[in-house]
Amino acid sequence: MSARENILQRIRAQSGRQGETNDAERAAAREHIAKHARSPLPSIAQGDPVTGFIAECARVKTSVEQVASLQAVPQAAARYLSENALQMHAVGWSALASLDWQGAGIDFEDRLANKDDLVGITDCFCAIGETGTLLLLSSPTTPKLHALLPETHICVVSRARIVTCMEDAFGLLRKERGELPRATFFVSGPSRTADIEQTIVIGAHGPYRVHVLLVP
Amino acid sequence: MQVKSMHFKATSSMKLNDAVLQSAMKKAKGKFVDGRAAAVAEIEVWEDIRAHAAALRDRVIANLDAYLLEFEANATKRGAVVHWAESATEANDIIVKIARDNAVKLATKSKSMVSEEISLNDALEAAGVEVVETDLGEYILQLAKEPPSHIVAPAVHKSKEQVAELFVNAHHKPRLTDIPAMTLEAREVLRNKFLSADMGISGANFIIAETGTTLTVTNEGNADMVTTIPRVHVVVTGIEKVIPTLEDFATLIRLLPRSAIGQTISNYLTLTTGVKGQGDLDGPEQMHIVLIDAGRTKLVGRDMKEMLRCIRCGACMNHCPVYQNVGGHAYGWVYPGPMGSVLTPTYVGIENAGDLPNAATFCGECQVVCPVKIPLPDLMRKWRERQFEQKLRPWGERFAIGLWSAFATRPTLYAFSTKVAARVSAWWAGDKRRITWLPGLDGWTDGRDMPAPTGKTFRELYAARRSGGGRLS
Repeated sequence: MSARENILQRIRAQSGRQGETNDAERAAAREHIAKHARSPLPSIAQGDPVTGFIAECARVKTSVEQVASLQAVPQAAARYLSENALQMHAVGWSALASLDWQGAGIDFEDRLANKDDLVGITDCFCAIGETGTLLLLSSPTTPKLHALLPETHICVVSRARIVTCMEDAFGLLRKERGELPRATFFVSGPSRTADIEQTIVIGAHGPYRVHVLLVP
Repeated sequence: MQVKSMHFKATSSMKLNDAVLQSAMKKAKGKFVDGRAAAVAEIEVWEDIRAHAAALRDRVIANLDAYLLEFEANATKRGAVVHWAESATEANDIIVKIARDNAVKLATKSKSMVSEEISLNDALEAAGVEVVETDLGEYILQLAKEPPSHIVAPAVHKSKEQVAELFVNAHHKPRLTDIPAMTLEAREVLRNKFLSADMGISGANFIIAETGTTLTVTNEGNADMVTTIPRVHVVVTGIEKVIPTLEDFATLIRLLPRSAIGQTISNYLTLTTGVKGQGDLDGPEQMHIVLIDAGRTKLVGRDMKEMLRCIRCGACMNHCPVYQNVGGHAYGWVYPGPMGSVLTPTYVGIENAGDLPNAATFCGECQVVCPVKIPLPDLMRKWRERQFEQKLRPWGERFAIGLWSAFATRPTLYAFSTKVAARVSAWWAGDKRRITWLPGLDGWTDGRDMPAPTGKTFRELYAARRSGGGRLS
C-alpha cells in the first residue's frame, strides 16, 4: 500500500469509518464547499469601503493620493517619485503602458521586472476596505515580480474597485474570473520584519514603499 | 529535529539563569501580549468569529479524508504534483529526489515548522544541496546553528549583539548594531540567493480544498520570492492544514495575525495555485506539494482531536507564564509552550517528553487566547492522566497522587485529615505563620515560604455558619 492509502485509511479507521472514502462523503464535502459560508463580519468590514481603505492604508503604511483621472496618473507618479528623490525610471504592467509617461518625465518600460528595477507600477484586481489591502492577480500581462522586486511599488486603484472585505473580493474573483490565477497576491503595506528584538524595520525583502494612486 | 524534551527540567534551570534570554523574553512579552489585546479589542464580534473558526476546523478534521482528496484533485488539475508522506524520512526522501531530478544546487526556503519537524535542511545538505533560510529570524538561526525558539518569531531569544556577531562571521563586513542597517545587510545577501535559487521551499499556513491552493502568510515577502522565482516550488505541510473554502481563509486570517502579534493583517498573503500558466512571465514550472502525517493521524477521532484545529499563531506560548520565563528551547523540540506540550508527546512519544504536560500552572490563559478555542489545559491534563496510568511519572509523585486520591475520594477521612493537617502546619509554622521548609518538598520551599493555615478548615467554618444560621451567600 502506498503512503497515500495508508494515511487515508488511518484517518478513516480513527474516525470509525469503513472502507475507502465514498461518493456520498465526497459529495457532502463539495456541497459544503459550494455554500461558501461566511463568519460574522466585524463592523470595520461593513462601513464605506473607500473611507475604510484610506484609513487602513495609513495603518499599514501604504501612502494614498487621490488623483482626478487615470490620465493624471503619470503626473502624480512623477510628483511622488521626485518628492521622494526616487528614480524617474519604472517598469510597469502592460495595461498602463498607453498612458503618457513620457510627458510626465517617467521612462516607463513594459517588460518583466528584474533585480535592477527600483520602481514598479501596477494596477490591481481590486482593493479591500477592511484592511487597506491590494489584490493583485498574476497573468501574462500582470507578473507578480513588479510588486515584489523593486524598492518602490506604485499601484493604481480605482475607487469603484474597492470592496468591503476579503469575502467580497473572493466573490468578485469567482464572478469575473471563474478560478484563481497562479498567484493571488494580497499586499498590505511595504515589506517589514521584526525579527531582531521585535523592532519593526520597513523593507525586509520586498518594497520599502507602497504608494496608491486612487482614481475614480 | 532531534528531540531534547526529556531534558526539560535541566534546560529550564539553565535558561532561568541566562541573562540575555531573560531580557529578551521580557521585551517580547509586552509586545505580544499588549499587541494582541489591543487588536482583539477592536473586533466586537471576536467571540463569534472564534466560534465559527473552531467549528470550521472541527468539520474538516471530522472529514479529513474527503477534504484532502478534494484538495488533491483540484491541485492536480492545475498542474501541481501532490505527494503523501507517512513519516519524516519519507518526506525527506521525496524532496531530495525532486532536488536530484532537477539538478538543484541552491534552494531558498521560507519559514516552515513542518520542515523543522522533519529536519529537511539536513537531508538536503547531505544530498549536496545548499539550503538558505530567508525569513530573517530563521536566517539568523541558520547562521547560529540553532533551532527556532518560537513558531512565529523564531529568533525571539537572540539579542541584537548576538545577531551582530553572527553577521560579522558570516558576511565578513564591519560590525553593525543598528537594527535597520543589519536588516539591510541581510536583505542584500539574501536578494542574491533569491535570484539564483533553482528550488523554492515553503510551508503552508493553510491549503484550500476548493481550489487546490497552498498559501503563505508573511510580513517580509520572502515567501513570495521563494514561490515565484525558482523553477521548482516545493510545499511541505501537514495534512491537518486543509480548509474547505476561500471564505474560510478570510475568517481565519482575521484571527491569525491579530492573535500572533496584534497585526490587523499580515503584509503578504500569497495564494499559489498550480504552475506557471501559458504566457506567464514568472512562476515555477513545477509545483510539488508534500502532505505529511508524521503523527497527525494519531489525533484524528480521539480525545485530543481538538489539537488539530491549531493554526500556529503562537498566542498560547506568548501568554504562558512558563514559556515567558524559560523560552522555547527548554521544550526541546519544534513546538514550545502549551500547544507544544500537547503536540510533542503525540509526535515524539510521551516517554521522551514527560515533563512538558506538567510544565503548566493551569492558569488557563492559553485557552482564553486561542483563536480556535483549543482546550489546552484539558489536553495537557489528559496527558498527565495517561502518564499516571502508564506509570510514567516518578514513583514518589505517583505515590503522592495516589495517596491524595485515596483521601479526596473519602469525604469523612478527608475532613478529618485536613483538620489535623491545618493544625499541625499552623504549629509547624510557628509565630511567623510562614512555613519555610516542608519535608520532601524542599524544591518548592527553596524559593518561597508557604503561608500557614490560620485556624479552622473551610468545612469547619461552613458547618459553623450553617448551624449558626449565618448567611451563605
